[in-house]
Amino acid sequence: MNRRVVITGLGVVAPNGVGIPAFLHAIRHGVSGIRHDPSYKDLHFNCQVAGMPEFNWERLRGYVSEITYHGLQGHALGYGIMAALDAWTDAGNEIGGREAIWDTGCVFGSSVSECEVVKKIYNRVDAGEAKKLGSRVIEQMMNSSITAYISGRLGLGNRIIATSAACATGTQAILMGYEYIRQGTAQRMVVGSSEHVDPYIFGAFDSMRILSRKFNDTPEKASRPMSETAGGFVPGSGAGALVLEDLDFALGRGARIYAELLGGACNSGGQRNGGSMTAPASPGVIRCITDAVAYSGVDPLTIDLISGHLTATAADTMEIQNWCLALGRNGRNFPPINSLKSMIGHSLSAAGSIESVAAVLQIVHRFIHPNINLDDPNPGILRQIDPDCLPVKAVERELRTVVKANFGFGDVNACLIFSKYN
Amino acid sequence: MERRAILEELRKVLYPYTENKELLENIDEHTALVKDLKINSANLVDIIIDTEAKYNVEIDFDSAEKIITVGDCINAIAEKIPR
Repeated sequence: MNRRVVITGLGVVAPNGVGIPAFLHAIRHGVSGIRHDPSYKDLHFNCQVAGMPEFNWERLRGYVSEITYHGLQGHALGYGIMAALDAWTDAGNEIGGREAIWDTGCVFGSSVSECEVVKKIYNRVDAGEAKKLGSRVIEQMMNSSITAYISGRLGLGNRIIATSAACATGTQAILMGYEYIRQGTAQRMVVGSSEHVDPYIFGAFDSMRILSRKFNDTPEKASRPMSETAGGFVPGSGAGALVLEDLDFALGRGARIYAELLGGACNSGGQRNGGSMTAPASPGVIRCITDAVAYSGVDPLTIDLISGHLTATAADTMEIQNWCLALGRNGRNFPPINSLKSMIGHSLSAAGSIESVAAVLQIVHRFIHPNINLDDPNPGILRQIDPDCLPVKAVERELRTVVKANFGFGDVNACLIFSKYN
Repeated sequence: MERRAILEELRKVLYPYTENKELLENIDEHTALVKDLKINSANLVDIIIDTEAKYNVEIDFDSAEKIITVGDCINAIAEKIPR
């Protein structure tokens, strides 16, 4: 059976826009969601800027039951629930039916439990007050918390899988959802990922000296992928979600189709050949991209846009080289490439899903979002590709195929091929 | 504190845990928390913790296990607070 998988719903909670209309406006116009946080100065962080969604916690009341709302603490849970439920209703579905929906599942990822929430447990238990923790702690500490909340609210009855693959989490979750539909296990999958970088996780990254620290007074300039003055990434938070659906099933219910997911690949460089806990091995990255392209049956020359991982660290130049080798394109023959992280920072496990939502929106609305803060491209990148491949203003253009990849700690890679639905 | 006054306070404690708010309108001492108010039994511990915080009392595990109705809850509180 040759099933095709299409995208019928989108949801997003991003630092530069909560909800699809706000996010679409922001990425079209190059709006930064990076802000200065004075509390980071008090904590003696080197990096004092972050991409935090302007999240109105009260709005969650419209998404979960009051019993769930009362006592819900995890930020990443709030972001993920909102993005997933928005995607579900965006796909034309209703929430709160009485029966389990057996043909629909969920793959949703996250990278870490929230230390701020865990801290409250430590404090209670260490004070001999475990009795006061109550019934709502475990459900928010489970690795599967987010999928438990989403699937419970929607009544999903197919495979419910919580995933984690560092910065490749979101991309990998989308690919897993795709595969369940392809193999006929499910008709629909709600897929995505969420992340909240609290001060404890932030501090641990800050200590690794891989965060942007020279733009604390000009936060909107702090996230500079591919720039000569890039000096590390800016932590971001948020969530992205998509509803993936078997094409015939979608047509059968008269769903609006945004785009098609042609396929993808997911692998690891094995932490060999230059790969490590923190660095991706080029052979693994190149193999992941070429496998995704080959599986999807697209001609690399028809790829009209690359949505890079491109975090604004020293790895950006190597990433461009890997793309050149994987696609067999360079110089003027290289496709346009952009990094959403220039506007929202690096939201770790949520990066792949938020950037995939952006990729689909660019296909649907026929544009390429700008790379902001790229007035000084890295010369090492310009030796490989033409400056015209690095749009700094939005470009109106019909996009046939968009490639999205993310690479994570542990040397894990994931790549997706989105296309216009024909 | 009068039992009637405690019941009014309890109504507020029970509010977030009771999905159907109408059920709370006519509660009396005989109302069963799980059976009548349809409260998730897992949330009984949260109700006890909220009650403890509200009256600054400690309800031990053994007393808590006996709480089935609103009246049981009032008993547990009334026992602990000074007259």
